[in-house]
Amino acid sequence: MLKKIKPLLDAAAETGWVMEPDAKKILAIAGIDVPESAYCRRLDQALSFAGTNGFPVAAKVVSPEIIHKSDVDGVVVGIEDKAALEKVFDRFSRMDGFTGVHVEEMVAGAELIVGAKTDYQFGPVVMLGIGGTGVEIYRDTAIKMAPLKKADVIAMISSLTAKELIQGYRGSEAVNIGKLVGLMIGFSEMVMEIGDRIESIDLNPVMCSADRCVVADARIILPGGLDGGISTIDQDRDTSNTCITSEGLL
Amino acid sequence: MDYSPLFKPDTMAVIGVSLTNERHPANVIYNKLLLRYPVKAYAVNPKGGILQQEKVYTDISMVPETIDHAVIAAKADYVPKILESCIAGGVKSATIISGGFAETGKTDIQNRMVDMAREADFPFIGPNCLGIYSPQQFDTFFLPAERLVRPELGNVSFVSQSGGVLVDQMVKFAGQGIGLSLAVSIGNKALIREIHLLEYLAEDPNTDVIAFYIEGFNQNEGREFVLAAEKCRKPVVVLKAGKSRQGSRAVSSHTASLAGDYEVFSQVLRQFGIAEAKNEYELVSFCEALSCYPKAITGRVGIVTVSGGHGVLSVDACASHGLSIPALSAATRNKIKAHLSPSVREIAALVNPLDLTGSATDDDFLAAANGLSQSSEIDCILILLLPYSPGISSDIGARLSHIYLKTGKPLVAYVPHVEKYRMLIEGFELNRIPVSSSIEGAVLMVEAMKRVLPC
Repeated sequence: MLKKIKPLLDAAAETGWVMEPDAKKILAIAGIDVPESAYCRRLDQALSFAGTNGFPVAAKVVSPEIIHKSDVDGVVVGIEDKAALEKVFDRFSRMDGFTGVHVEEMVAGAELIVGAKTDYQFGPVVMLGIGGTGVEIYRDTAIKMAPLKKADVIAMISSLTAKELIQGYRGSEAVNIGKLVGLMIGFSEMVMEIGDRIESIDLNPVMCSADRCVVADARIILPGGLDGGISTIDQDRDTSNTCITSEGLL
Repeated sequence: MDYSPLFKPDTMAVIGVSLTNERHPANVIYNKLLLRYPVKAYAVNPKGGILQQEKVYTDISMVPETIDHAVIAAKADYVPKILESCIAGGVKSATIISGGFAETGKTDIQNRMVDMAREADFPFIGPNCLGIYSPQQFDTFFLPAERLVRPELGNVSFVSQSGGVLVDQMVKFAGQGIGLSLAVSIGNKALIREIHLLEYLAEDPNTDVIAFYIEGFNQNEGREFVLAAEKCRKPVVVLKAGKSRQGSRAVSSHTASLAGDYEVFSQVLRQFGIAEAKNEYELVSFCEALSCYPKAITGRVGIVTVSGGHGVLSVDACASHGLSIPALSAATRNKIKAHLSPSVREIAALVNPLDLTGSATDDDFLAAANGLSQSSEIDCILILLLPYSPGISSDIGARLSHIYLKTGKPLVAYVPHVEKYRMLIEGFELNRIPVSSSIEGAVLMVEAMKRVLPC
């Protein structure tokens, strides 16, 4: 696994963080579910992806200079047709450091955050929590030392205050626990392998439904990668390409 | 490395005694070793002379016996040389009391000593520490004996980065009747660190509970520590200092922000069944409970009271500590009822908490506790004992303690701690039943047993 991931991490050394297309490639190598997507440098590639996979799609700007995509309006979801996609592509292409557009299928489910960090005292640790914009407000998370066993993941889920969002609540469908356990174990094993190459990873949101647990957005920060670069708590996210039930938000 | 000469010495030398200053730390230590302990003690000072009518040797090599453990209390500049002469002279271990090393930026001298010791397979504690307190055997604390509060010999070991916290905690242990098997202040922990003592104490037959005061670990040392604790099968309790985040450090991700140093520390400890005490009070309660009951429970509590109010208060306290108060089956209730005295049987509330009312006698308590001890619905019994009731005798502690001996179901008691109830309290404590002077404290003791369950 490390052999395949290493070149992608090496390529990000200069920017200090791995941009979304490569971050998702890394996750896919580790066997983690990511949406169907294409990293499109030209418009015809984007149109061809949407043509093959079908509308609606989500589009996100790719630029080494833009870590907060939402802040610069660099995320558009629910793009319904060719004309709309053309317009978005044109606008993104004029942004700072533009290298392409990440076009993706739309995914739905309960919003979770899955994270990892190489802790000074304990080495690789993994986090699971209620994801979305509110992560730093609710602070409803569980942390465990990697690698994880199935029982660890189950204990993490049951320690969350809002565990009902995962286990099913007022008629809302429960998350596929098997898929979530699989994702967490696979992710923790990946983190064990690349722990000395990363500072932290945010998968936020991970969209979990009865069918799948899929990573809607991912960011990998390399050691010292964003030294002093972000001094406030990071609010960048793009969960809007997902369909959340009203219960899911409450 | 063989730690037995360090912790179980027969012969000791104190290097750096003063011939003129009776209050010099080395003299305080030497006097104690000479007068109070069963070890053979020798004094060393390059000037030689006589101290306490005993010869002062000019060099460690002049001492006529092989020294198991040398206490080094000389100025920092002389210490590397002294360490070298100890190793050359066949001394087997040392405690380095002296300060003035890494804590003042002199990391290179300290590192040189560590290299020297590793090379020679020579264990030493410190530098910059109080060292070791081994009840009834020896201590290296430079605190006069009359100023120290000394817990009795027992089965709890305590390892502390801070000497001050260690001595203060000994006062609290003694006050609560918790016995110590070993206490070690590791100071700069240059060579021997928490992980090494955890591994040593895991194998020490005199230690059943291992407690730590920890400020922080080195890189990846926390990982080694929790894995060793998981393997050790004895309860491990940790009091962590330095919980608040230092300044406004830049964070690069949600995970880095949410999984701060302390959050990780605390949750990883929990994952491996290490009981983290939030403060000194919890540390004492956890150590007391676990020194009596080292086995983990899931936290299903059966409560026996003579006061409805105390029952309700304890239910609230249990709930806030993550403990459950299961309902009792008809079989359990009937069994208890059958053994209650006729006057209590009619008025007692046979639910959980079991309220035996102010008419309860010792026998009623025994009937209730016996019934609960045989019920699979609960895994710990909490006795709220108000000795104001006339039916309760001083024998009740000792009598209730037999339940644990017979059934193995842990029992924790709350008794108001005033002098006139001392005999009743000792009836529990001398029979290894933990007693707290508050409901909250008793509930913490129950929680301790749940906290050593990995989750």
